[in-house]
Amino acid sequence: MRHIVSLLVENESGALSRISGLFSARGYNIESLTVATTEDPTLSRMTIITTGSDRIIEQITKQLNKLVDVVKLQDVTEGNFIEREIMFVKVKAEGESQRAEVHRLSEIFRARIIDVTDTTFCIELTGSGDKLEAYIRAMHENNIIEVVRSGSMAILRGEKALTL
Amino acid sequence: MELSGSEIIIQFLKDEGVKHLFGYPGGAVLHIYDALQKQDDVMHILVRHEQGATHAADGYARATGKPGVCLVTSGPGATNAVTGIATAYMDSIPLVVLTGQVPSHAIGSDAFQEVDAVGVTRPCVKHNFLVKDLTKLAETLKKAFYVATTGRPGPVVVDIPKDITAPHIKIPYVYPKKIEMRSYNPTSKGHPRQIKRAVDLLLSAKRPIIYSGGGIIMGEASAELRQFVRKLGYPITQTLMGLGAFPGTDPQFIGMLGMHGTYEANMAMHECDVLLCIGARFDDRITGVISKFCPYAQVIHVDVDPASISKTIIADVPIVGGAKQVLTEMIKVLDKTEKEVDSNALEAWWKTIAAWQSQDSFAYDKNSDLIQPQAAVEELYRVTNGDAYITSDVGQHQMFAAQFYPFDEPRRWINSGGLGTMGFGLPAAMGVKLAFPDKDVACITGEGSIQMCIQELSTCLQYDTPVKIINLNNRYLGMVRQWQEFFYEKRYSHVYMDSLPDFVKLAEAYGHVGIQVDKPGDLHDAMKEAFKLKDRTVFLDIITDREANVYPMISAGKAHNEMDISPLQQQKQASLKAEGELV
Ligand SMILES: Cc1ncc(C[n+]2csc(CCOP(=O)(O)OP(=O)(O)O)c2C)c(N)n1
Ligand SMILES: [Mg+2]
Repeated sequence: MRHIVSLLVENESGALSRISGLFSARGYNIESLTVATTEDPTLSRMTIITTGSDRIIEQITKQLNKLVDVVKLQDVTEGNFIEREIMFVKVKAEGESQRAEVHRLSEIFRARIIDVTDTTFCIELTGSGDKLEAYIRAMHENNIIEVVRSGSMAILRGEKALTL
Repeated sequence: MELSGSEIIIQFLKDEGVKHLFGYPGGAVLHIYDALQKQDDVMHILVRHEQGATHAADGYARATGKPGVCLVTSGPGATNAVTGIATAYMDSIPLVVLTGQVPSHAIGSDAFQEVDAVGVTRPCVKHNFLVKDLTKLAETLKKAFYVATTGRPGPVVVDIPKDITAPHIKIPYVYPKKIEMRSYNPTSKGHPRQIKRAVDLLLSAKRPIIYSGGGIIMGEASAELRQFVRKLGYPITQTLMGLGAFPGTDPQFIGMLGMHGTYEANMAMHECDVLLCIGARFDDRITGVISKFCPYAQVIHVDVDPASISKTIIADVPIVGGAKQVLTEMIKVLDKTEKEVDSNALEAWWKTIAAWQSQDSFAYDKNSDLIQPQAAVEELYRVTNGDAYITSDVGQHQMFAAQFYPFDEPRRWINSGGLGTMGFGLPAAMGVKLAFPDKDVACITGEGSIQMCIQELSTCLQYDTPVKIINLNNRYLGMVRQWQEFFYEKRYSHVYMDSLPDFVKLAEAYGHVGIQVDKPGDLHDAMKEAFKLKDRTVFLDIITDREANVYPMISAGKAHNEMDISPLQQQKQASLKAEGELV
């Protein structure tokens, strides 16, 4: 099962390696990991996407909780949540028909063109991982120059929140 | 009070009540050593190798319950300490290891003797810190001691760049008495409803067993465990790490369990219907193959570390809490409840256990011309009245020590269980002797293990720690040889200790007493002599039967009831069967 685990972590230099080290040392999967500071500069928020049986996920959350740098943890997938990822794609855009095609696709996916040159477009797209993948599939493989994905972030719907 | 970083470290250690500091100097810690030299409240023990410092501090911690403290230099000093840190980590021992680091501005430049100590030790510490700011030094040290000693204890490394300890930069110092960490709040009180459920389940058992471990010792819960187990009258088995928490000579104790546990303890584990595991973690040396583990049992698991619960064995009644607190509550519940122990079932259960016990699974040849390692440990037990602190190394001798020296008190049996670190025994014994100078301290070791930290004999002389080294010398890396005998058709690959030193001369060269014995008849006198020399370190080199094996044994993939048993037990089983005593 795929789980999204959100963490509030002390904003210390070693925290990230402690967490990634835990995953590699214990052989847990990481699909993606994002981290940035929060409105409180002493805290970072991390979103980890991982897969495993219920028992593995239980171990992962317990082991994460055990780390001294981890202040609070929430398995977002246990609730009703919103998940988003941002992607930049740089594509070849040479000639009228190719440029039109990129425009058309981007409209369908509600992507935004954020940079334009004579030969390239840079596109920004936000959505679930599935949506981003669908976009990549739809875009002709040969046209893609570069893909940058942020990894997913997630937040619970409603009043429940991961705060101190 | 205005102090330099180095002075803060020393003053902090005093304020924290640290009496002994095990260490080894070097460039990055020179300032600290200068401050150390100017005082004598904290006694520094100069070891001969940083591994020795960590094991000595570890032995000290295991024997006293207080954190062990080390000071080593950067680079090779820190890496040499890693084995000892990992050893403490696996057995949840509170250590604080201060490592020197190159100056802050040089970090990351591959400076002389630079190693990323925080990175290297990360997977084998409970937590570690790099001190980046002198004003945070005292607080960081306090956090280190707090984290190391609370919850599930463990080693903590504090990496201190040289500039932080500079003598000319002074700042105000106040001892931080208390510390709050929002990200670290260990739980100690168990959930009342779960505790009630656990007691109910225990009282409904027909074939109960209690299985306890090192958590009882670390959690200072020995008295509560004794009270609880005696109230119930149930059999108890203990792990290698837990020995002594419940008295080893008490009839309710049915021996150690696991790979080299007693026949009766392992059989009882297999057949039990309710298992209370407290302060233990279902280690693979305990469980054997998981799929066949305790097939009939409902499991209650009490542990201070939530991550230990349901990690390998799923608990039917999980209880997160300190052993002492939970046992205290369990006793209260037991006293109040109307439900009673099923005494008929219990009587039958004890009868079954007695039948297993009658097979005498630890039997060994008492008429041999060769010294049997078991006999040496039994002799040690007699000569020390079972009241010594015993450290050990790793191998067959360790198992014989655990099997044949029943401990009646906690913190007397000091060995590397989780990591299985050869070389642990001698420095650990040194640490114990420093803590308890008036007690008998013996290190049961093998000719392989002792050579891993033999240089500490020199430290023993310098700091006058007269320990007794009981070298069960089988001229083999015996435990490895045993596996090669059993599982590799006696293809003995690199387990023969060729060209061993003359241990008697070696002991003498280090300024100690060396005694060698090779006849069973001489064992008693030699042992007596060793302990009569109260103020001397004695190296007793005991030439034992080379091919002695540790029994019973649970091999890989086997269940508790599928032990390999000794030839002597096999004979006994056969004769008991013939007499119709065994079905
Ligand atoms: C540092 C280290 N290296 C290797 C091992 C693997 N090992 C376990 S027991 C053993 C043999 C120990 O020999 P000895 O100290 O003579 O004890 P004996 O088994 O003969 O009693 C070895 C090599 C270990 N536990 N620790
Ligand atoms: Mg040997």
